[in-house]
Amino acid sequence: MEMNQYLEVFIEESKDHLQNCNTQMLELEKNPSDLRIVNEIFRSAHTLKGMSATMGYEDLANLTHHMENILDDIRNEKLGVTTAVMDALFSAVDDLEEMIASIASGGDGKKDVSHSLSLLESIVSGEQSKPAAEPSQNVHYDEFERTVILQSIEQGYQALELTISLRDDCLLKAARVFMVFEVLEKSGEVIKSTPSVDQLEEENFDQQFCVTIATKEQADFIEKSVMKVSEVESVSIKSVSPDQEEKPSDAASEAAVTIEEASEEPKEALKTVSNKTIRVNIDRLDILMNLFEELVIDRGRLEQISKELNHGELNETVERMSRISGDLQSIILTMRMVPVETVFNRFPRMIRQLARDLNKQIDLKISGQDTELDRTVIDEIGDPLVHLLRNAIDHGVESPAIRKEKGKPETGTIQLRAYHSGNHVFIEIEDDGAGISKGKVLNKALAKGIVTKEQADSLTDSQIYELIMASGFSTAETISDISGRGVGLDVVKTTIESLGGSITIHSSEGQGSMFSVQLPLTLSIISVMLVEVEDEKFAIPLSSIIETAIVKNEDILHAHNQRVIDFRGKVVPLVFLDEVFDVYKDAEDEVHSVIIVRKGDKMAGLVVDSFIGQQEVVLKSLGDYLGDVFAISGATILGDGQVALIVDCNALIQ
Amino acid sequence: MSNQDNELKVIVFQLMNKEYAVPVENVQSIEKVMHITRVPGVPSYVKGVINLRGVVTPIIDLRNRFSLEDAAESEHTRIIIITLDGLEVGLIVDSANDVLDLSRESIEPQPQVVGSIETDFISGVAKIDRRLLILLQLDKVLENAA
Repeated sequence: MEMNQYLEVFIEESKDHLQNCNTQMLELEKNPSDLRIVNEIFRSAHTLKGMSATMGYEDLANLTHHMENILDDIRNEKLGVTTAVMDALFSAVDDLEEMIASIASGGDGKKDVSHSLSLLESIVSGEQSKPAAEPSQNVHYDEFERTVILQSIEQGYQALELTISLRDDCLLKAARVFMVFEVLEKSGEVIKSTPSVDQLEEENFDQQFCVTIATKEQADFIEKSVMKVSEVESVSIKSVSPDQEEKPSDAASEAAVTIEEASEEPKEALKTVSNKTIRVNIDRLDILMNLFEELVIDRGRLEQISKELNHGELNETVERMSRISGDLQSIILTMRMVPVETVFNRFPRMIRQLARDLNKQIDLKISGQDTELDRTVIDEIGDPLVHLLRNAIDHGVESPAIRKEKGKPETGTIQLRAYHSGNHVFIEIEDDGAGISKGKVLNKALAKGIVTKEQADSLTDSQIYELIMASGFSTAETISDISGRGVGLDVVKTTIESLGGSITIHSSEGQGSMFSVQLPLTLSIISVMLVEVEDEKFAIPLSSIIETAIVKNEDILHAHNQRVIDFRGKVVPLVFLDEVFDVYKDAEDEVHSVIIVRKGDKMAGLVVDSFIGQQEVVLKSLGDYLGDVFAISGATILGDGQVALIVDCNALIQ
Repeated sequence: MSNQDNELKVIVFQLMNKEYAVPVENVQSIEKVMHITRVPGVPSYVKGVINLRGVVTPIIDLRNRFSLEDAAESEHTRIIIITLDGLEVGLIVDSANDVLDLSRESIEPQPQVVGSIETDFISGVAKIDRRLLILLQLDKVLENAA
């Protein structure tokens, strides 16, 4: 069977379902009696089983099948939610994740899952005898399913029973069933299918099968979408009400489409906007972005030409084009924006495991998951955050006994926050643990030769904290399994800086510490102020500019061998770009153009010859050959085709 | 480096009246001199960067790299774009106008002293008829910038 075209969808959806399992399982652990959650997990596992069987991944299907057995027992209240049960389930999900990862990287998705299987089996302990579902057209709902239907209706869904007939000449019935389920799962949740999904997968049915779904979509919309699947002969839909239980309804013979608008359905349910999305390969978005970057460069060029020619109609057209491409740009950029949720999702699970390994009690509080970041940043930021969280658990939060001694609650709290601020996104990890001991940090830094004795005396608190991110530094007293593998916070720092971000540490001993990561919203297109120093052009990112000013020679004051100005009552040091960048200048100016820039709460005035104007530019790297150049964060191509360097204001402000 | 049998195709360029050669597979293109944007704080032999069809490409002044005297730019001056291990770098040369097939036997490895340029940069010398070609050791030429 040609499955390649489904593979990508399969992998993506499997990941979603596994993530859902993970989150719901954590939730279940907190509310063991909530059967709705069990049901939710069951549905994900079930779908996963169906998908993987259809795709021919037997190991996956087998393992999910065993998971289902347990979940089934839980929801039938034959089995309580115990730690052993949860561990078995988590272990199974871990295996599933590995298998999916293996498939995603081109492997065959095979794995020795006997450990998880035996865990699961030991729990079920053979008592479960699964009755094989009879292929029957009469849909019976057991008590559980009726409850589900009832609850769905209460939540504004309607339960629809679809009888789908495939064409007689349909060759790959299982594939069609898979596609039908695909379609249905986009519009709602599958509650039941007759025959059961396993039967359907094994093509143990004639041409007809029945599916019950809970949905907010209109019946005729669903009918149309199902009919889009080729080789589907007919679809008949009728709505289900929970009380029509076990009434022998001959659904199959009912040819007419019966659409019953559930009258008790609240009005707002109809208004629900169906969230139509499409998965796009990130490579395609990257290509789109690259092409757009070219367009932005050419736009700059056109703007310049039209300014030089000063032709009315041309100006107008170019202005219109600029505006349209500006809109286009924001659309493309937002298309690349992904909520940090996708990264944060995996943390609760990880924290649970780590806390157990280290015998600590930890409560992870996440906020701002919907904060959006550029996809490229999202891809890179996961590992540094994992590291910081591990760090917080390992070095930050103390063991329950110590916490008790100190008069803190035994359970430590780690807060993971994300929020927007200006052109940046902040991600903060705060723990209420032991904090960072300045003394220990300093001693260690001295012992490792990272700082000298003289330097150590003059360091501020935050500078001392930053030492823990110096390479070759680890504050762990004993090397544990979690940290201290030689890769430390220095890697975190490097990764974040390579993304154009920065990291700062606040801590108070005994109270806890906070690591704050600042990231740019997007990486590739930025607004800059173009300036000229002699005949060289430089670009200064608008995000760090506060304002521009003209300063006369006599306004310049001298303090500690440094030229400063009084800017609205604040003493601001001046940085002469011609000196920093060794630009040859033959005459001293009387009047200076100054750009006031900031880094955090510090400011500096960059002295240039003249301002050219504001422009959107495409950020380009200087390449590996040149590596890090002082005070230059990259380059860009201007309208005239020349390269201009982008000034790294952060490096110029101490 | 393997070419058919023992032939090596090279691009030949001139610098201070001497002829140098680089393997053709390392040469991406030969460009006329265009506007070079100076980059502050890099070694003096790095002239700056150019916009090579949308890619910011660093440029090395080969005369400066070899500690030869500077020369004014002429209409023959060229930038040879070299690719090596994923790096893309331009070399400014006096002129470049020849492609030759060298037989590997004609290449003598590692001469002790050749002219005034550092022997480090040379991987060998080839003699063809009356011409003497100096084969460049590109990884050494591109080493330790910034």
